[in-house]
Amino acid sequence: MRFSGWRILKEGLTGNSGWTPQWRDPEPKEAYDIVIIGGGGHGLSTAYYLAREHGLRNVAVLEKGWIGGGNVGRNTTIVRANYGLPGNSEFYSHSLKLWEGLEQELNYNVMFSQRGVINLYHSDGQRDAFVRRGNAMVNQGDDAILLDRAALRRKLPYLDFDTARFPVLGGLYHPRGGTARHDAVAWGYARGADSRGVDLIQNCEVTGIDIDAGRVTGVQTSRGAIRAGKVGIVVAGRSSQVAAMAGLRLPIESHVLQAFVTEGLKPVIDQVVTFGMGHFYISQSDKGGLVFGGDLDGYASYAQRGNLPLVEHVMEAGMALMPMIGKARVLRSWGGIMDMSPDGSPVIDRTGIEGLYLNCGWCYGGFKAVPASGHCFAHLLATDRPHAAAAGFRLDRFRSGEGIMDEEATGAQHNLH
Amino acid sequence: MRISCPLCGPRDRREFYYRGAAVALQRPAADAGEDAWQAYVFLRDNPAGVTRDLWYHAQGCGAWLVVTRDTASHEILATELAAEVAS
Repeated sequence: MRFSGWRILKEGLTGNSGWTPQWRDPEPKEAYDIVIIGGGGHGLSTAYYLAREHGLRNVAVLEKGWIGGGNVGRNTTIVRANYGLPGNSEFYSHSLKLWEGLEQELNYNVMFSQRGVINLYHSDGQRDAFVRRGNAMVNQGDDAILLDRAALRRKLPYLDFDTARFPVLGGLYHPRGGTARHDAVAWGYARGADSRGVDLIQNCEVTGIDIDAGRVTGVQTSRGAIRAGKVGIVVAGRSSQVAAMAGLRLPIESHVLQAFVTEGLKPVIDQVVTFGMGHFYISQSDKGGLVFGGDLDGYASYAQRGNLPLVEHVMEAGMALMPMIGKARVLRSWGGIMDMSPDGSPVIDRTGIEGLYLNCGWCYGGFKAVPASGHCFAHLLATDRPHAAAAGFRLDRFRSGEGIMDEEATGAQHNLH
Repeated sequence: MRISCPLCGPRDRREFYYRGAAVALQRPAADAGEDAWQAYVFLRDNPAGVTRDLWYHAQGCGAWLVVTRDTASHEILATELAAEVAS
């Protein structure tokens, strides 16, 4: 079924009786050419691009819960391409270009809104670092504009510019960045993959990975054994558990990141605003809620909830930056499981076990990567060669030390990103 | 989350700095080879359940602690002085 304005009008006049489910609910087959473990954003986009770019349709996505029930439905929906290091830069640039064509390609309204991302700076040194980052973004072919204080004041008049600790001196403005409706991204890719023949199998938890003489042969699941020529692990915060089924130990530590939403308000924050020095960022959803968050709680966790010290810190940082939000009431908060890698950059690579592939380490930035991660992982699964835009995301970079992508320059070490 | 320091008693999580999995107590020999060093520096069990990690009581007595903790529930199961665990 194709969506269009005409279709909405027609269904509105005929009692909305013509809508059909957007994907099937198939029983798992005995065997597939490729099995993707994990029906989140990255797994679904991988399946979609396998079918669309490579004509591989004998593919299953195994999801232990339901489509859109994991991190893809629990994030703060920010899309941007403002990375500074080779390896990351071209990848996120590639992803942003895919985002820009996504709604037309999927025939699905993901509410992609290029409202702009503004990173604030508070010192001459930080401004210089942003000038460098902005130049890297422009060299990559993306957009970056340095705003001085007067220009920033015109865009964000509501900031408290003159706090003693972090006076706001300006910002790096990335106009093509913005937000998207996260659920719709999962649903759009799911519908696109399903319509091309991919089986999306929900409530199907993988409990084992079958390996014979160094080669993957299939998976054991809560719905029976499924044979597979190739298996891709795309399970974000649970990467260590699934990889352990194949005897692998990963350079991943799972941490909790909290986020918060207020009651709906009239439009007041037009862009995504990040206050790095205070560990705070914010945008306003199309429904009106202020969506904001801060840093990791700072300890390994699978609890999907955080602790109060970080809640207090985020609220303090928000109040310091924009006191006007103080009367907004927080409706809810939650925590997600982040697959933190030692250098803060992801892995899209083979594993050393023939036919077993790995996609993980997205830390707290996986949402914006959904299109390119799937696009590049599908390329690797289909051709056995890394996609040019993701060639730096090697698993062995931690062993060799070559090609570490430490965007924050804090050191390639757990617990520093 | 409150951590019970063996020296100071139960204290707020904010007093402690987290250093990650307690592998730091099993530092390999300098000539142990790349595999051992990669495992020590980068590879982690990362369990969804009981784990042992290192916390530093930075705003308290300054002791390093080995904390046995459930990552799925945030329950603290045991705390020990790292100096005693390592000896």
